[in-house]
Amino acid sequence: MSKRIYVTGFGIITAIGDNVDESLHSLVNSNSGIGDISYLDTIHKQSLPVGEVKHSNEELAELAGKEDHAQFTRSALLGMIAAKEAAIRAGIYPQIPDDLRVGVVSATTVGGMDKSEIHYYDYLASDRFRIYVDTHDCSDSTEKIADLLHAKDYLSTISTACSSSANAIIFGAQLIRNNILDRVIAGGTDALSKFTLNGFNSLMILDSRPCRPFDQNRKGLNLGEGAGYVVLESEQAVGNRKTYCELKGYANANDAYHQTASSPEGIGAFLSMKEALLQSGLQKEAIHYINAHGTGTENNDLSEGIAIEKIFSGSVPFISSTKPYTGHTLGAAGGIEAVISILSIIHQVCFPNLNFENQMAELNFQPGKKLVTDKKIEHVLSNSFGFGGNNSSLIFSAC
Amino acid sequence: MALEGITPVLSFRLVDMEVFINGIGNISPQRTFDNSMFLEEIVKHEGLFLKCIEPDYNEIIPKGVLPRRLSRSLKIGVTAAALSLNDASVIKPDAIITGTGMGMLADTEKFLTTMIDNQEKFLNPTSFIQSTHNTIAAYIAIMLKCNKYNITYVHGSLSFENALLNAMLLLQEKPDNSILVGGVDEITEQHQEIKSVNHRFKKELVDHLQLAECESVGAVPGEGSTFFTLNAKKNNNLYAAIRGLEIYYKPGNLVESEKKISEFLTRKQLSADGIDLVIFGLNGDLDANKIYQHLQNGLFKNTNQAYFKHLCGEYPTSSAFGVWLAANIIRRKTIPDIIRLNGPFAQRQFRNILIYNHDRNVNHSLILVSETV
Repeated sequence: MSKRIYVTGFGIITAIGDNVDESLHSLVNSNSGIGDISYLDTIHKQSLPVGEVKHSNEELAELAGKEDHAQFTRSALLGMIAAKEAAIRAGIYPQIPDDLRVGVVSATTVGGMDKSEIHYYDYLASDRFRIYVDTHDCSDSTEKIADLLHAKDYLSTISTACSSSANAIIFGAQLIRNNILDRVIAGGTDALSKFTLNGFNSLMILDSRPCRPFDQNRKGLNLGEGAGYVVLESEQAVGNRKTYCELKGYANANDAYHQTASSPEGIGAFLSMKEALLQSGLQKEAIHYINAHGTGTENNDLSEGIAIEKIFSGSVPFISSTKPYTGHTLGAAGGIEAVISILSIIHQVCFPNLNFENQMAELNFQPGKKLVTDKKIEHVLSNSFGFGGNNSSLIFSAC
Repeated sequence: MALEGITPVLSFRLVDMEVFINGIGNISPQRTFDNSMFLEEIVKHEGLFLKCIEPDYNEIIPKGVLPRRLSRSLKIGVTAAALSLNDASVIKPDAIITGTGMGMLADTEKFLTTMIDNQEKFLNPTSFIQSTHNTIAAYIAIMLKCNKYNITYVHGSLSFENALLNAMLLLQEKPDNSILVGGVDEITEQHQEIKSVNHRFKKELVDHLQLAECESVGAVPGEGSTFFTLNAKKNNNLYAAIRGLEIYYKPGNLVESEKKISEFLTRKQLSADGIDLVIFGLNGDLDANKIYQHLQNGLFKNTNQAYFKHLCGEYPTSSAFGVWLAANIIRRKTIPDIIRLNGPFAQRQFRNILIYNHDRNVNHSLILVSETV
């Protein structure tokens, strides 16, 4: 890369914690957040486990520092909480008086669907829920975050299914590299909704048990919800402030195979990892941990696994999917797993792939089953792959 | 960063590079899919919204390339993309970048209402699969077997601008690339109804061709799919250059907005009087129009003024239609009288055209389309 991109802050909220400290504690102690549905009003309450954030919208509004929860969609609330934590950690909230150009690049796939699916027929019947017609728009949560953090020089929202927030981080980096912005709050947010739960259920790729990524007997994914954001800054913007790591490489490729299925040989996955490595200038041996996309579906884990074997031929580093902790948080997954990758570097740990028992017949490697604390973790690769063949990879490095 | 209420010290600036429009595909409520025509005939629509005039898809997309049952928005999306690449003689682009404000509206509504009506039972995944915002970019990649950079922006009325900026940044980093960039939005009856209750769209029938005279609340909704093939170099199918792009968010007042526009033009060594044409996103909504009228009677009072949403309707990525319009005016050295807002146009060459669009006075965009020397 011609210009270095630093991470100066990060924030996260998922089923395993409201913030970074709680999330780290859960990750280290193998505490999964997957369980029965308690907040989403759906007929699948007893049958489909999910990674729900254990708070009502009222409670989330309080965490976000907002009084009137009814003004906000759940995605916006989750986004504000994680983005604010990231900004506080970076020392830019409350706002610091400098003349830097600051923006928000955020990802979401459901937008304000959580309200629309409740009030859709009310929109025509009464004025009462009219506000949710506007909050349905994907840009709504981005605007709420930008307003909260006074980061208004450039706003962008991305939706590329499950790779959305990895692409938000990539676009954030492009904006800094090309001198459009000095500092970007980048990541994503997605709340659970009946729409997505039923959508994935109709595709028959939801496991009725906790998901088992990279396991021979895996039966599908568990949905989750949450938000994860990083604060990216140029070298000049950082000055002598604290940096946590560097975004060393990134790439976006497309599988160009099928709208919902990955190619058997994992071509998009292979290209995104290969190009991210190329851009980072690192040899494949330098990668100490892969935070895999690893959804637990038949299709993803096979094609991702094959692509990983092709890249790391014979010497696959420690690899795990952290989706058995958080569930698959869709548009937020890339941001959430970026934060988890950063935690791996800061605390020199690799998190285990929960629920793994049997090695896949097609693969020569197993995911890591136990927490690793005695290894040097300098470079972490994070994969986010999605519907529409949208595959993105990020590489974070110690600095 | 600015403190609240104070204008930033450093004016926010987007890329200053030039990129070239070498190919266009435009499916809109006018007969625009044929690049040999340019608004010679105007289509007047009778309903509450303007729908696309669709081409014979089989003539453009070879049979068997795509699944047979594609939704309408997928058809207009994929086909306009193919038209643009054909026009530029590019077989496989180095990036596919789309913007959509509303996403795949019809499929989203279908899955949502079926889910509600059936109490979450007996759901078919097809409409769910096609409801994701990145569906069009994904199908373009499948159609072209293109494994390259692929992204979809969904930032409301700035979705196309976001996509365009990303294309410009990529061309700045990789000048040899050919990039396909476009905006797609579709309109549905349900959406029209909901947004009219919400006062975004008009409840009453109006003559959309007289949009400039409308004095009621709400816009006239429309739809469209407009793609451009962009390069850092001209090819022999050149239309025009995009010389500048700027967006700004929630300006404090009209004065601040005016200042943003003036500063943008100054940076391009231009002025409000010095540009040859300003194209406004005037959409027939009383409130939205106030901002345009302020500029019409103020900053741009000595400038040729035009508008376009009476031809395509209001939709989040409609500024892409504005770019199509500007690019054609420059290439053809002719201007259709139907877009005139003041005038008559002074006889002059159209070298620099500014497109100014805003949504609810929240999101504003400026795109400068220029003749190349």
